[in-house]
Amino acid sequence: MKKINHHIDYNNAIINIKDLYKSFGANSVLNGIGLDVYKGENVVVLGRSGSGKSVLIKIISGLLKPDKGLVKVLGHEVDKLNMKELRELRLKIGFSFQNSALYDSMTVRENLSFPLIRNKRNLSRKDVNAAAEQVLEDVGLSQAINQMPSELSGGQRKRIGIARTLILRPEIMLYDEPTAGLDPVTSMEINDLINEVQELYHTSSIIITHDLTCAKATGDRIAVLLDGKFTKLGSFDEVFESNDERIKSFYDYNFITT
Amino acid sequence: MDSEKLTEQKEKRKSPVFSRLGSFFVGIYDVYKFIIRLFKEAFLPPYEFREIMRQCYEVGVKSLPLISLTGFITGLVFTKQSRPSLAEFGATSWLPSLMSIAVIRALAPLVTALICAGKVASNMGAELGSMRVTEQIDAMEVSATNPFRFLVVTRVIATTLMVPALAIYTALVGMLGSYLNIHNNELTSFRAFIDTAFKTISFLDLFSSLFKAVVFGFTVGVAGCYKGYTTSGGTQGVGRAANSAVVVSMFLIFIEEMIVVQIVNAMRP
Repeated sequence: MKKINHHIDYNNAIINIKDLYKSFGANSVLNGIGLDVYKGENVVVLGRSGSGKSVLIKIISGLLKPDKGLVKVLGHEVDKLNMKELRELRLKIGFSFQNSALYDSMTVRENLSFPLIRNKRNLSRKDVNAAAEQVLEDVGLSQAINQMPSELSGGQRKRIGIARTLILRPEIMLYDEPTAGLDPVTSMEINDLINEVQELYHTSSIIITHDLTCAKATGDRIAVLLDGKFTKLGSFDEVFESNDERIKSFYDYNFITT
Repeated sequence: MDSEKLTEQKEKRKSPVFSRLGSFFVGIYDVYKFIIRLFKEAFLPPYEFREIMRQCYEVGVKSLPLISLTGFITGLVFTKQSRPSLAEFGATSWLPSLMSIAVIRALAPLVTALICAGKVASNMGAELGSMRVTEQIDAMEVSATNPFRFLVVTRVIATTLMVPALAIYTALVGMLGSYLNIHNNELTSFRAFIDTAFKTISFLDLFSSLFKAVVFGFTVGVAGCYKGYTTSGGTQGVGRAANSAVVVSMFLIFIEEMIVVQIVNAMRP
């Protein structure tokens, strides 16, 4: 498994989260969490299913509004932006969905071209095609360009989902459960891809997962989300040296392959 | 006892009538906001001409076989069923007039809209609903695309344009069915049929029929898109969205038919 050493600029926090609260009815999901993500850094948010990990990245990308707290992305307070400003910010954020969220009715080429055509209207058809072919090559799936999403395997769909976000050359990547539902070999390929994307596109990432193999392979820092709060934040080894029984049990139930 | 249980008990104590009434008015307000947003987004650039054309093809051209069959049979059967009543008074020569009034004033826009409600609104409800639950709409949003404009505005424009066009086509096919039946029984020539049929049709009839079709088309588009775009609750939610898109659009079509007929009748000299 490739873990690429990359430069992290600890003087430049591109995502600042302070005292963030979010609840759905009586169900409180995030209870005053805080996190800084630095330029070039991969932060893994680890937690059990339903612990609010995905809610966190949906708030960062402006899909959900926080109840309280500060979420700053590239210097912009996300919940204070109007639609136009939010769209401009979203051009710099890539979001890889848990189920890939490929557009069923479009081919891979059309899926990849879709965000580019709509956001860079001055590009020629030739430029759009070249960009689509380039990102597809970067994720190692050049042969799939004319296929429909229904003809692809789970791992291929994940790759295409990541390629679709890369076509806009984002500064930040948000991965929602990138290895969920994949076999161990494909999971490792996706972990490698996350590291390669970081190297090729110089992105900073938040990776949401409950897969410790993925966390160890991709994360510079690990944040453990339990009961709506980050109970532990640090490198993989620092986090799992903890005496907290909940974190220990999380480790014990995972199969580490690295 | 924790706060969650208390809230649950309070919810149960609420009167179901007030609760349903409350959610009904909230629903009406949501539809109102949806339509206001629709008008705002429809007039702002960039315009999705290519997608509008694609949707027009989906709504218009792909509905043609079903519309042709239904329109033809409606004209033929309505003529056949009306003959005995008119024959009792020796007035079968009025059949073309009766048919043109029935088909142009009422049947063509109504039958077309009901077919589109069943075929198009359910399709939109299911398609957008499944896009919502599989996060495809969220994916559009985070890739800095406006999904409302791309998915909703284009579909509503397509139904608003295509239902009137299909209604004109239904009227023509319906009158053809009627002519074939009349020609077969009364040996009426085509020229005589046309002369008699259109003698009783006024500009107001044509205008009101077209106006109704525009209103019905808008209704079909809004009902299908609203139900699909606001789907929640996984695959079950998609089924519910498709089903309620049809029910709501058919219900509204009949209400609108009644209102427009009252207005047009009041305008008649």
